[in-house]
Amino acid sequence: MATGTEPQQNSGGVRSRTRAAIAAPHLRTDRWWLAPAVTAAGLFAFVVYSTWRAFANAHYYAAPYVSPFYSPCLAQNCATMHAGPNADLFGSWWAISPAIIILIFPLGFRLTCYYYRKAYYRSFWASPPACAVAEPHRTYTGESRFPLILQNIHRYFFYAALLVAGVLSYDTVLAFRDQHYRWGHMGLGTLVFLVNIVLIWAYTLSCHSCRHIVGGKLKHFSKHPVRYQAWQFVGKLNARHMQLAWASLLSVAFADFYVYLVASGVFDDPRFF
Amino acid sequence: MSSYEARFKVWRGDVQGGDLEDFKVEVNDGEVVLDIIHRLQATQAPDLAVRWNCKAGKCGSCSAEINGRPRLMCMTRMSVFTRDETITVTPLRTFPVIRDLVTDVGFNYQKAREVPAFVPPAGLGPGEYRMFQEDVDRSQEFRKCIECFLCQNTCHVVRDHEENKQAFAGPRFLMRVAELDMHPLDAAEETGLDRKRTAQDEYGLGYCNITKCCTEVCPEDIKITDNALIPLKERAVDRKYDPLVWLGSKIRRRSS
Repeated sequence: MATGTEPQQNSGGVRSRTRAAIAAPHLRTDRWWLAPAVTAAGLFAFVVYSTWRAFANAHYYAAPYVSPFYSPCLAQNCATMHAGPNADLFGSWWAISPAIIILIFPLGFRLTCYYYRKAYYRSFWASPPACAVAEPHRTYTGESRFPLILQNIHRYFFYAALLVAGVLSYDTVLAFRDQHYRWGHMGLGTLVFLVNIVLIWAYTLSCHSCRHIVGGKLKHFSKHPVRYQAWQFVGKLNARHMQLAWASLLSVAFADFYVYLVASGVFDDPRFF
Repeated sequence: MSSYEARFKVWRGDVQGGDLEDFKVEVNDGEVVLDIIHRLQATQAPDLAVRWNCKAGKCGSCSAEINGRPRLMCMTRMSVFTRDETITVTPLRTFPVIRDLVTDVGFNYQKAREVPAFVPPAGLGPGEYRMFQEDVDRSQEFRKCIECFLCQNTCHVVRDHEENKQAFAGPRFLMRVAELDMHPLDAAEETGLDRKRTAQDEYGLGYCNITKCCTEVCPEDIKITDNALIPLKERAVDRKYDPLVWLGSKIRRRSS
């Protein structure tokens, strides 16, 4: 039965010759573009902010707080931090911002993260832009070939992210000092660091690779009751992976911005005790 | 009971061509889209082809695209639409159309046949299988699948790229591989069948870019991406891309 539209040219995808002859690439009537647009705007804003801060090489330390973007600080040109997370591993030849040395690890962790992959494949790559909305690419091989096959190294970035989260935990402990490095004090910045480190750990542990490593790879949970418990705990966090990804992204940027404001003298850190 | 007249656009045609046809049709409280399609058949378009069976969201027959979204017609309430909205119903756009709302979903049966079945453990006869609930929980989630093929339909790997149908089994059948690989009694490995490796090498797991549309459309609310595809990807990484796991397996062979 032929009415109206003739068979489609074999132009691929939903317009393939054997499929229902519908010219429109999609027929969705809801605001399907909103989620990818908001995601793209959010990620783009973070990239702009973090690039500025990473290359600024200034205002990243205001005792006792060190920006999470610059921790651990591994070059000779780092600001002096009393008992802080700095170690001169790279020496004096490292001339640019020391943030670049360490940021590669959390950046790699987030770039290869299963949630962020979904987010940027959809919002930047339009592959697909939304469900049942035709993508614009003529060919597609996904993560089966170079370079996207490299996404499979996510678990190694997870291991690195554990170390970075450990260092940021140390920074949070150091934040219980005052500006003269005396212990037993707390300021608004301490609270900001506390919230940030809780979210960083929650995001890191909710990782799909973590879920696999702690127990997901097992065939018999009954033979490994402790790992089964751990897998269930990570599974609960994992169900919130997207929310934790965004919350920790915002918190780490805010923690850095807080340090920037205090270090640049915009205001003094309010002390609680 | 209140009723109103809704505007529908229903795709009618076959592989030779077709078009969206306009209808005005009565809608009553509590009805679903499939009820309206049946009313169209009864009153205005007796030759309208539609595949359906249980009307309860359990047989997976009445899959279609409603306002561009892959859904079961029997589980889509009319009350989710506004009364002045024109509702568009088309066949699944990933599979060859047969007629009107009916498509040829044979691609899925072909892919189903390609996945090797459960391998019974040696030394255990029927009725002798014993499993702990925690060991079968994961596989049981995937057994909820009603094979409506909405996930296969919405997956852009084959929806937007016909040429990938050869290499890619689709989320439903990758989930089947995951189900068997996680099954506590599946003895595939003992017979030399490495499901983790075949997921990547033979069923095209690498094509999946985990954009979660399969999960979004699943009427059984199976977490296909988080609980099947990503764990399967991680298992494939164990086999193919993680030198430490490979080294560990060589040094100390152990059963998990």
